[in-house]
Amino acid sequence: MPDDVINAAGLDLTFPSPDGPVHALSDISLDINEGEFVSFIGPSGCGKTTFLRCVAALETPTGGTLTVNGMTPDEARKARAYGYVFQAAGLYPWRTIGRNISLPLEIMGYSKSDRTKRTQDVLELVELDKFANKYPWQLSGGMQQRASIARALAFDAKVLLMDEPFGALDEIVRDRLNEELLALWKRTNKTTLFVTHSIPEAVYLSTKIVVMSPRPGRITDIIDSPLPHDRPLDIRDTPEFLAIAHRVREGLREGMEVA
Amino acid sequence: MTDTQISAPGAGIGRSGRVALAMRGMHHRLGPVLAVVAALIALWYLAAIPMNAQNSLMLAEREGIVLTPATASERRNMSGFALTLAEPSQAVARAFAQDRPRLPSPHQVLAELWDSTVNQNVTSKRSLVRHAGITLAPTLLGFVIGSLAGIALAVGIVHSRLMDLSVMPWAIASQTIPILAIAPMIIVVLNSIGVQGVLPKAIISAYLSFFPVTVGMVKGLRAPSPSDLDLMRTWNASATRTLLSLRLPTSLPYLFTSLKIAVAAALVGAIVGEFPTGAVSGLGARLLAGSYYGQTVQIWSALFGAAIVAAALVAAIGLAQRVTLKRMGLS
Repeated sequence: MPDDVINAAGLDLTFPSPDGPVHALSDISLDINEGEFVSFIGPSGCGKTTFLRCVAALETPTGGTLTVNGMTPDEARKARAYGYVFQAAGLYPWRTIGRNISLPLEIMGYSKSDRTKRTQDVLELVELDKFANKYPWQLSGGMQQRASIARALAFDAKVLLMDEPFGALDEIVRDRLNEELLALWKRTNKTTLFVTHSIPEAVYLSTKIVVMSPRPGRITDIIDSPLPHDRPLDIRDTPEFLAIAHRVREGLREGMEVA
Repeated sequence: MTDTQISAPGAGIGRSGRVALAMRGMHHRLGPVLAVVAALIALWYLAAIPMNAQNSLMLAEREGIVLTPATASERRNMSGFALTLAEPSQAVARAFAQDRPRLPSPHQVLAELWDSTVNQNVTSKRSLVRHAGITLAPTLLGFVIGSLAGIALAVGIVHSRLMDLSVMPWAIASQTIPILAIAPMIIVVLNSIGVQGVLPKAIISAYLSFFPVTVGMVKGLRAPSPSDLDLMRTWNASATRTLLSLRLPTSLPYLFTSLKIAVAAALVGAIVGEFPTGAVSGLGARLLAGSYYGQTVQIWSALFGAAIVAAALVAAIGLAQRVTLKRMGLS
């Protein structure tokens, strides 16, 4: 299909370990279309982060095929096809927020004027434009993570990969950032892969929810969300929302029973 | 008269008040240090009594005082402790003011230090400041060469598995060779190819100072978190770029710590480097000359001179460390 951004077929990944091989990913088949927001949810060891790392070419699958933008993951990485957001904001304490965001642009060889403009644009996008000259330690944890998202958006990557970006934040900050992330996604229409532990977070944000199970890491359910694109926070109390959350929970439980 | 408000910050404290405040802050750190210093000095004075007893009693005998082991030959095989017990009053009275004591007492060393620094013209051959300066030149040159070599080696070790496996054992082996054994060889070999003066001594300094920098920097350059390194990879950053933008800045706390060790080692190298050349000036030459002529006071004051120079160098790096790390947000 032409509009497939990510295409995985029969993906396998086995790590060697002293206690015998660990089957991190087993027969993962998944198509992600342009503009989708896909959440990966499951207990630790289910391979959700590993799958994201395969897409980013930070891990190499041992079997099956995986394409990103029609390229191999490593070609996609070299073409800077994606921006990656880790759980730790990973901002350098010796650089201001603005200079942190322009670091990937410097590395990629953007001109100085282009860097300044792009940094300014993404800072406005995450509402941090007044903090360009502050240092990371002068910002709260939530603001730091917003800066880290801005950094991933600064170069025009087609795909945004997020590995539990709000995992270390408290629930109140998390709720607000979820809302902001949803607004950001609607504005940029960027294909987003989002790893999370939280069922409400996954249901609230996603157009598609991938439920995974450990030993071996595999997909147990793929849910296409019927929720509308406009989602106020209180959508989480509607029967539709609760029905999807229920299905996710069932999928997680099923995976645990088999394992 | 002036625009200064009464309530200006610190206005009520005044200079002495501010000094007192600073002193109060230091008091907690200074107290234990001073207690240890006082204990060491007391121990030193105490040790000087038996150490110098042989000489004390000889001086007493020369003045015609009758002692219990009456002759020097009777006393020769007695220990300092035994002599002190036999003639306590003479041993104590004469222990701290001898010309050539076996162990000079602290005030003698201090007096010599004062005399050879403050009371001497810097150009004088007796000036310890001049000697310290002469040793300082190869120290600093060797420190710079050694640190740069140490950083370069660490960069190689972190980036090349081959270097990691091959260089590190040799670097460790190099430090197991006694510097006193290798220093003359370095001097002789360099002299045979016409290299003389400061450089051979600087190379001995560098030989001692590169190692702590290599070890510290290997750890420092590997200090970035896996996710920071992964992030660089997702941007397809080159190894050079990762080194300059991430690894080097992250390694700075490790660098400064190892530079402190390196600069002290460089001073030791420069002093040892003066021994085989028969140098007549420099702290090492001062130590050597002192031991030739039994001038223990001179040896000890040169030792203290070296310790003071080392402390000053380490303190200077400590200051640079505090300022830099604070500015980098790494402290």
